[in-house]
Amino acid sequence: MIQLENIIFLIVAGLGIGLFVWQIRKIRKNILIGRDVDLSDNPSERINKTLLVAFGQQKMFKRMLPAVLHLFVYVGFLVINIEVLEIMIDGIFGTHRVLGFLGPFYDGLMAVNEILAALVIIACVIFLWRRNVTKVPRLATGVEMRAWPKMDANVILITEIVLMFALFAFNIADLKLAALNNHALPGTFPVSSSFMDIFGSDTGTLATIASVGWWIHIIGILAFMNYLPSSKHFHIIMAFPNVYFSKLWPKGKFTTNPAITHEIKAMLDPSYQPPAPEMDAEGNPIVQRFGAKDVEDLTWKQLMDSYTCTECGRCTSVCPANLTGKLLSPRKIVMDTRDRMEEKGGHPAIFAPNHYKELGVERVQTTDEKTLLRGYITPEELWACTTCNACVESCPVNIDQLSTIMDLRRYLVLEESAAPASINTMFTNIENNGAPWAFSPSDRFNWAEDLYVPSKN
Amino acid sequence: MEENKRLVKVPTMAEMAAKGEEPEVLFWVGCAGSFDDRYKRVTRAFVQILEHVGVKYAVLGTEESCTGEPAKRAGNEFLFQMQAITNIEVLNAYNVKKIVTACPHCFNTLKNEYPDLGGNYEVIHHSTFLQQLINEGKVKVQGGEAFKGKRITFHDSCYLGRANNIYEAPRDVLAALDADLVEMKRSRANGLCCGAGGAQMFKEPETGNKDINIERTEEALATLGTGDGVIATACPFCMVMMSDGVKNKEQEETVKVFDIAELIAQAEGLGK
Repeated sequence: MIQLENIIFLIVAGLGIGLFVWQIRKIRKNILIGRDVDLSDNPSERINKTLLVAFGQQKMFKRMLPAVLHLFVYVGFLVINIEVLEIMIDGIFGTHRVLGFLGPFYDGLMAVNEILAALVIIACVIFLWRRNVTKVPRLATGVEMRAWPKMDANVILITEIVLMFALFAFNIADLKLAALNNHALPGTFPVSSSFMDIFGSDTGTLATIASVGWWIHIIGILAFMNYLPSSKHFHIIMAFPNVYFSKLWPKGKFTTNPAITHEIKAMLDPSYQPPAPEMDAEGNPIVQRFGAKDVEDLTWKQLMDSYTCTECGRCTSVCPANLTGKLLSPRKIVMDTRDRMEEKGGHPAIFAPNHYKELGVERVQTTDEKTLLRGYITPEELWACTTCNACVESCPVNIDQLSTIMDLRRYLVLEESAAPASINTMFTNIENNGAPWAFSPSDRFNWAEDLYVPSKN
Repeated sequence: MEENKRLVKVPTMAEMAAKGEEPEVLFWVGCAGSFDDRYKRVTRAFVQILEHVGVKYAVLGTEESCTGEPAKRAGNEFLFQMQAITNIEVLNAYNVKKIVTACPHCFNTLKNEYPDLGGNYEVIHHSTFLQQLINEGKVKVQGGEAFKGKRITFHDSCYLGRANNIYEAPRDVLAALDADLVEMKRSRANGLCCGAGGAQMFKEPETGNKDINIERTEEALATLGTGDGVIATACPFCMVMMSDGVKNKEQEETVKVFDIAELIAQAEGLGK
């Protein structure tokens, strides 16, 4: 029977989902600030990778403890969402446990749900412990780990615990009510059945608790969904497309700029006809910067990377430059990209999470320039990179930190000629001697002199 | 002894072309292999192996030029493409099909970055090439017992390992030596960079509290323990960085840094 409660629910759910859709559209717009790049190739290979890395969490298992705990939360999220579907239907139509008709399947589902919910609580408590008590270095340190990123992580973990408790409160009260009224409740509840008496036996109180638990759970989920776009927790959605569109070729292959190829070919051969440049809407040729100075010079995939980052710090914890005290932190590169994109694109979310920059960053000497380069990321950070790909390898959601570092470096060199002096010397050596050192090309074959091998008998 | 050895005349592509011949494989020596005194010994060791097994090979000699790799990693795409396009003209003019190189940086660039610019070759790193020679029984490593009980740890090159997923080939080559192979804690996909990639080889490190090669050398030394040991590398930059690290730690008397080709040449009795 549809009552006022159901109408309120419908309005709340409609607003929650509507707001979320509105935020997603803004995020899409932000990502599309980036340059276009065609990543529609090899769909089957991409799907395989998505199944393995995103669904299967393959790369998480490089570190066992967090991988197992994360798996509880992840599977919990997926399975409990089936119950959320039921909650939605119950909420709209005033039904009660509408999926109960599934019989034994429903029993199993509820049992698994309860066990997972308990595991989620345990995992989240351990995660909170790791962040706030033992202070695992990659989670607690780094210039980019300012107030917001730290608070964000705690907000999510506490919300997840509250949601799980709300679910238990609903189940316990519901079970007890059913027992008092002598009717069988569909489903099996291994956890709640052990706590059946904690709320007493007053049917009025129990009905209230069941109802409050139900409402907190569903409103909590809607609020959580709308908090996601402001949060590192957005990775639960972005991980899938981001892995799908990630690089298929060997990590050592860096991008080639075809505009430069045309220029060189025209230089070497005056009869070479480069293709006509692309035109914008007004018919003016689109002149692209060499390398990246700001977010619009990066590709949409690189911007998508930054919305996928969950700030876990695996990349920074394996970065040889960071490990030896240099300024570079691959995680900061990704977080800076997101913050700058949101600054430029208009904020998509309800909160303004990019506060860490203003909090005074001791060694990172940014300027007031409104660009990613220098305004957020300094040349010193970029020049510390050894391009070793450890960050890319470590990322559980296939973010390519290195490609962004390289594009920013390219801008420094190609547009500003702002390389360190010794690097410029290396360039000159290659131009003049065909080697990065100052040796004469005519000596290149000297190594072969006086070389002997044992003669064969 | 003198009569037991023969002088090697390293064949060039130009000479081969003049005779109307083509080699099985072009040995791309690379700049470090051509000019760096330490790495020239690796080049020579590898050529000794090629001569020993009778592979029909050639080098470009003075026609070789930098692949452009350090320029590309430093962000100078223009200079990189200039070098690449010029090199591709030379390689294509000689109708080169297959290239072997002892430098992972040259290897990566030739294999992965030249195709976009019109240079399509089968490119293999010398670790894979040596692995094949050993598997085919062409290199028997009879003197491998000389390494018995010797502790060797292999330092992964980023451009071989993570960049191209080649982890087993150099290890298989070392396994032929009968030595005691020990792995560093950070190895294979988790290997720690020597600190020279991304054109760091050509500049001072940025301000920090430690040099990367010291961090890595300390790990290697701890893995090898006390006594004689070998840090095996398969990259000219790693060779420099690890050698410098060992010197910095004043362990050069006991711990030697060798390229895998040098170890195989030694085990084959191919001499210096």
